[in-house]
Amino acid sequence: MKPPLFVYRAPRTLDEAVGALASDDDAVVLAGGQSLLPAMNFRLAAPSLLVDIQHVMGLKGIRIEDGLIVVKAMTRHREFELDEAVRHANPLIAEVMEHVAHIPIRNRGTVVGSLCHADAAAEMPMLLMLLGGSVVAQSLTGRREILAADFFQFHLTTSRRRDEIVVEARFPVLASDAGWAFDEMTRRHGDFAIVGVGAVVRLDAAGKAIEVRLAACGIAACPVRLTDAENLLVGTTLGASDLAAAAAAAAEVVAVPDDMHASSAHRRRVTATLVRRMVAKAAARARERIAR
Amino acid sequence: MTHGRIKPASPEDSGDPKIDVEVIVNGEKVVRRVSVRMLLSDFLRHELGLTGTHVGCEHGVCGCCTVHIDGRSARSCLTLAVQVNGGSVRTIESVAAEDGTLHPIQQAFKECHALQCGYCTPGMVMNILARFEEPTPLDLSDDGIRYILSGNLCRCTGYVNIVTAVRRAAGLLGRA
Repeated sequence: MKPPLFVYRAPRTLDEAVGALASDDDAVVLAGGQSLLPAMNFRLAAPSLLVDIQHVMGLKGIRIEDGLIVVKAMTRHREFELDEAVRHANPLIAEVMEHVAHIPIRNRGTVVGSLCHADAAAEMPMLLMLLGGSVVAQSLTGRREILAADFFQFHLTTSRRRDEIVVEARFPVLASDAGWAFDEMTRRHGDFAIVGVGAVVRLDAAGKAIEVRLAACGIAACPVRLTDAENLLVGTTLGASDLAAAAAAAAEVVAVPDDMHASSAHRRRVTATLVRRMVAKAAARARERIAR
Repeated sequence: MTHGRIKPASPEDSGDPKIDVEVIVNGEKVVRRVSVRMLLSDFLRHELGLTGTHVGCEHGVCGCCTVHIDGRSARSCLTLAVQVNGGSVRTIESVAAEDGTLHPIQQAFKECHALQCGYCTPGMVMNILARFEEPTPLDLSDDGIRYILSGNLCRCTGYVNIVTAVRRAAGLLGRA
C-alpha cells in the first residue's frame, strides 16, 4: 500500500466537513487529490484524517456574478477550462489552463485544491495573483475572504488556517478592452513551470498603457506580482525600450537559487524574455479588442 | 504535522480502516470491502484481477494507469478506491468487443506499429478514447496529437507511430 495509514471520512454537509477538519490537528482536505495523492504515495504527506469533500452539498459548479467568476471547491480544472461562459468572461483563463498538467489530471484536480496546495511553480496561484482574486475560507467559527496577495505565503504554504476549508475562489472577469497573455517555459508540456509569466494590458485611445498587470510563477517562494515592471510600463506606449526596462526589472525579482531544472541566471533571462513577449502579446490583443 | 509525540493507536485493531466500496466497473456492479488507503489502480489489479491497467510511476507522471472515472480519463494511481464509491470506472478490458474484435484505436495502434513492449498502451488507449469521446473539436496536427499524448510516457517507440495511429483512429471513427 503506497499511502500511509489514515482515517477516511466523506461528509455530505459543509458543517460536518469543517467539524471533522477541526477535530484533528493532522486532518487534511481531499478534493481531487492530484497533488495530495502523489505526496501521500511518496509518504511526504501523512495526514491522520482525510476529509473527502467530493460529496459535500453546495461545493460544485461555477457562477459569474458582479464581475467575479466564482469557482466552488469541487470544480475540476477541466470544467473551468472548457466552460463557455468563463471563456467569454475571461479568455486568459483557458490560455493558462492548457498548461496545467495534462487532461487526465485536469479531469480530477480542482482549481481550489491547486490554490490551497500553493506550489510556487504552479499556474493557478499565479493566475489568482495576476487577476487580483481571492478565496473564501469557512470554519466552524465563520467565513472570511482572503485576497490572493494575503493568501500565498511560501511554497506550499498559505494563510488558510488548518481548521478552514476554502469553499470557493473568486477570479475577476477581464475588462472588455483588456488584452491578455500567458506562457511558460518547461522541459516537457505539463511539467511545472521553470518560469511562467502572465500579463493583462489596457490601453487608451492613443495607445498608452493605462493598466498593466504582470505576475510570475517559478521564480520565487510564491507566485509574485511584478510591480516594478508594471510601474515602468504604465503611461508608456510599450515600445521596445519600455519593454526592455520592464523586463530587466522583472528579472531582478527572480529569487530562486540554481536547481536541477535551471540556473538562477537562466531563470532571470527567461523571465525577462517572457515579460517582453507577454506584454507585447497582451498589448496586441488589447489593440484588436479596441478596434472591434 | 505534530512531532515528538507518539500517535494514538489506529481506530481498528487490524490497523487499516476499511470501508465498503460499491462501484460500476466496465458496466458491472462490484462491492468490495477495502482499506481506505487502497489506490484505485491496486483495487482494479489486486481486488478485481483487472491487470490490463498498468502501474508505472505511481505518482501521476507516466500515465500507464489511466482509466475512465465517470466517463473522463483519470490516473487510477492518484485516486483512492473509496473516492469512486458510488461512481463508475472503465478500464482497458472493456474496450475491445467481447469476441476480441479490436476497438478502432487498438486497431490503429496495431496497424501503425504504435507499440513495442506495450506497457504504456492501455493508458495511451484509455486517454485517447476519453479525448475522442469529448465533444470538443480535435486538433489532429502533430502538435495537437502530441498535446493529447503529453501525459503518457512511452519509452520504446519515440511516439512517431503513436501520433500516426491517433490520426488513423480518428479517421476510422469519423473524427478526422
